[in-house]
Amino acid sequence: MMSFFGRSVFPANFQATILSPDWPSGFWSHLVIFVVILFVFFIFMAVAFIYFERRVISRFQIRIGPNRTGPFGLLQPIADVIKILIKEDIIPFNVDKIIHLLAPAVAVVPAIMVFAVIPFQNGASLVDLNVGLLYIVAISSVSVVGMVMAGWGSNNKYGLVSAMRVIAQVVSYEIPLALAIIGVVLYAGTLSMNAIVQAQSIPYILLQPMGFLIYFLASMAEINRTPFDLLEAESEIVAGYNIEYSGFKFALFYLTEYTEALAVTTIITTLYLGGWKGPFLPPVIWFLIKVFAVFVLIIWVRATLPRLRIDQVMGFAWKFLLPLAFINLLVTGIQIAVWPDISQWVMVGVNIIVAAVSILLFSRFFRLNGDKVEG
Amino acid sequence: MALKTETFMINVGPQHPSTHGVFRMRLTLNGEVIQDVEPVFGYLHRGIEKLAEGLNYTQDIVFTDRLDYLASMTNNQAYVLSVEKLGGIQVPERAEYLRIIMAELMRISSHLMAVGFLLNDLGAFLTPLLYMYREREKILDLFDMVCGQRLTYNYMRIGGVSQDIPEEFLPALKKFIDSLPGFINEYDQLLAENEILLVRTKNVGILSRESAINYSTAGPVLRGSGVKWDIRKADPYSVYDRFKFEVPTGTKGDVYDRYRVRIEEMHQSTNIIEQAVAQLPQGEIMAKVPRVFRPPKGEVYGHIESPKGEFGFYLVSDGSTNPYRLHIRPPSLINLTALRELMIGVKIADAMGIFGSIDICVGEIDR
Repeated sequence: MMSFFGRSVFPANFQATILSPDWPSGFWSHLVIFVVILFVFFIFMAVAFIYFERRVISRFQIRIGPNRTGPFGLLQPIADVIKILIKEDIIPFNVDKIIHLLAPAVAVVPAIMVFAVIPFQNGASLVDLNVGLLYIVAISSVSVVGMVMAGWGSNNKYGLVSAMRVIAQVVSYEIPLALAIIGVVLYAGTLSMNAIVQAQSIPYILLQPMGFLIYFLASMAEINRTPFDLLEAESEIVAGYNIEYSGFKFALFYLTEYTEALAVTTIITTLYLGGWKGPFLPPVIWFLIKVFAVFVLIIWVRATLPRLRIDQVMGFAWKFLLPLAFINLLVTGIQIAVWPDISQWVMVGVNIIVAAVSILLFSRFFRLNGDKVEG
Repeated sequence: MALKTETFMINVGPQHPSTHGVFRMRLTLNGEVIQDVEPVFGYLHRGIEKLAEGLNYTQDIVFTDRLDYLASMTNNQAYVLSVEKLGGIQVPERAEYLRIIMAELMRISSHLMAVGFLLNDLGAFLTPLLYMYREREKILDLFDMVCGQRLTYNYMRIGGVSQDIPEEFLPALKKFIDSLPGFINEYDQLLAENEILLVRTKNVGILSRESAINYSTAGPVLRGSGVKWDIRKADPYSVYDRFKFEVPTGTKGDVYDRYRVRIEEMHQSTNIIEQAVAQLPQGEIMAKVPRVFRPPKGEVYGHIESPKGEFGFYLVSDGSTNPYRLHIRPPSLINLTALRELMIGVKIADAMGIFGSIDICVGEIDR
C-alpha cells in the first residue's frame, strides 16, 4: 500500500467500495438506480443551470430575463430544448463525416461520466473509486478531444482556429489544475471523493486558499468560461468549434458546456467546500446549495469581465498559475511532512498568509502583457 | 524539423457579431496573426447621393438621418448648415442653441454606443453595453419628447428646427445632465481599473500622430493620436465659439486613448449642454425661408464635428430647387483607411478591439 508521510493514500479495502447501507445491496440494482438518478440529476441540473444563468446574468445586465414561458419563465429551457431538437440537422458539404458526427458524443460522454464518483451525501455515489480524483482529472480532459474533432472535422476556418485554441489552452490549464488538486490530496490522504469530504473537518477552501483560487481559475479555462472563453469567442470566431453544428448535435455541445460547468461546481464543492457537510439541512440540500453558490460565482465573472487574448491566456497559465501551484504544493508538502500533527487552524493561518504574500508578490512581477508567448 | 505551414483566408462579415452591421473584412491569417486585411463594403449601399439629386433641398434632410443612424441629429445639422451656407440664410439664435443641445446629446449617445460596443468586441458579455443602452435610452426619450422620433429625427430644417421644445423638456434634460457625469465616472472606474481591459487596450493598435494625419482621420481617432483638432474649435460653426470646453487628446494613439478621449468628450458635451441651457434665448426657431427654396448658383462645402469625426457635405447648386450634386464626407469611411496599418501583425482578438475603437457606422460608409 502506498503512503505519503505516513498517511495512506488508498483506503484499506483496495476494491471500489460499493455503497452505503441505505441503498439496496446488490450490485446491479445499485447500478441501475444510480445511473437513473445520475441521468435525472445531470439533465435536470444542466437545464436548471441554463435557466438560472439566464435569470442571474440578466439581473447583472439590468434586464429581467426569460419570464414569459410558464411561471417565472421556468418552462423556457424546455421550450428551448424543443426548438433545438426540431431544427434541421445539417451536415455541411465536404466535412469529414465520421469525425463530424462523432464529435458531439465524444464531447458529452466524458462530461457526464465525471458524476460517477461525486458523492451527493455520505457514501451516495455511483461508485466510490479509491482513485476517484485521478479518474476525474483523467476523464474530464477527454471532452477536449471532442471539441478538437468538431473544430477540425467541420471544414470551417473559424472552427479550425477554435480547435487550435482548444489544444493550446485546455491542455495548458490541465497542469496547474492537477497540481492544485494535489494539495487537497495531501491533506486528505486519499484520492476517494467521499473520503476527501469526510476528511474535511474544516472546508479545504480555508486550508488551501491558493489551491482553491488556482483550481477555480484553471477550471474556468477548462470549461471555457469568461475571461477564458476563447474557444467560442463570439466577437472573434463567432461560435468556435461548434459553428457548423445544428439541431441535436448542437444540443449535445450545449449540454456539454453546462454539464462541464456542473461538473466543475460539484468538484469544487466536494474538494474545497466540504461537499455534503453542513448543519441542520439534509446533506443533499447542502450539496446543492454549495453547487449553486459556486455557479453564481462563475456567472458573476462571466457577466463582468472582458476576454483575454490567446497569448495572455497562455502566459497566465504558464507564468502565473503554474509557479503558484508549485509554491502551494511545496508549502503544503512541508506542512504535512514537518508538522503532521499541528492544529488545522494554525495551518489555515499560515496558508492564508502564504497565499496572500505569494499572490501579491507574483502579481507585482507578472504582467499579462509581458513577453509575448506565441499562441 | 520545420513544419510546412500555410496562411489561410477568412471572411469576417458581412454577417459577423462584431462587424457593426454589414461590413466585411477578408483577413489573411497566419495562425492567429493577421497578415493582410482587405475591407469590403457596399452591402448597405442605397445610392443616397444620387437619390438626393432627385428631391429638393428640404426633402433631402430625411436621407441624412439614414447615414450614421447612431447620430442622426449631427447629420441633420451638417446638412442644414451646408445648405444655409449655400443660401446665405441667417438662423435665429434660439434655433442655433437648440441644435447645439441636440447635437451634444447625440454625441453623448453615440460615444456611449462606441464605448459599449468596444467592450463587447473585447469580449465582455453584453453587460457594459446594456448599461450604456440604459443611459442612451434616456437621451432617446428626450429626443422623442422634442420631435416624436427615437432614431431618425428629421428635426432640423433649413433655417431652423422643425418645432420648439416642449415645456417638460428642460427639466428632464437637467435631470439627465445632472446624473450623467456620475454615471460616466462610475463606469469609467469599473472599466478603466480593470486589469484585463487595460492589457487588452493599452499599447494595442497604435496609430502614430503622423499616420493619423496622413490618413486624414478625424474625430476621436485623430484626437486619440494626440492631434488637437476639433472643428468646433478649429472652424467654429453655429454658436460654438460662445462655449468654453476642452478638446481632450490622447498621447499614444492606442485603443485605450481612443476610449479615454470618448469618455472625456462625454464630460465636455455635458459641459456644453449646461452652458447652452443657461444661455438659451427666447424667440423664433425658424428663419424666413421661402417655401420653394432656390439657392443661388454655386458650390459649398460645409462640415461639422460629428461624434465620429469630420462630417461634411459638398453641395453644388445650379439654381434649381434640387441640388445638382450632393457629396457626403463620411468620417467612418475615412477613418477606416487607417484600418490596414493598424491591423496587420496583430492577433484576431486585438483586431476586433481595434475595429471597435475606430467606431464605424456602416450606414454612412455605404451611403
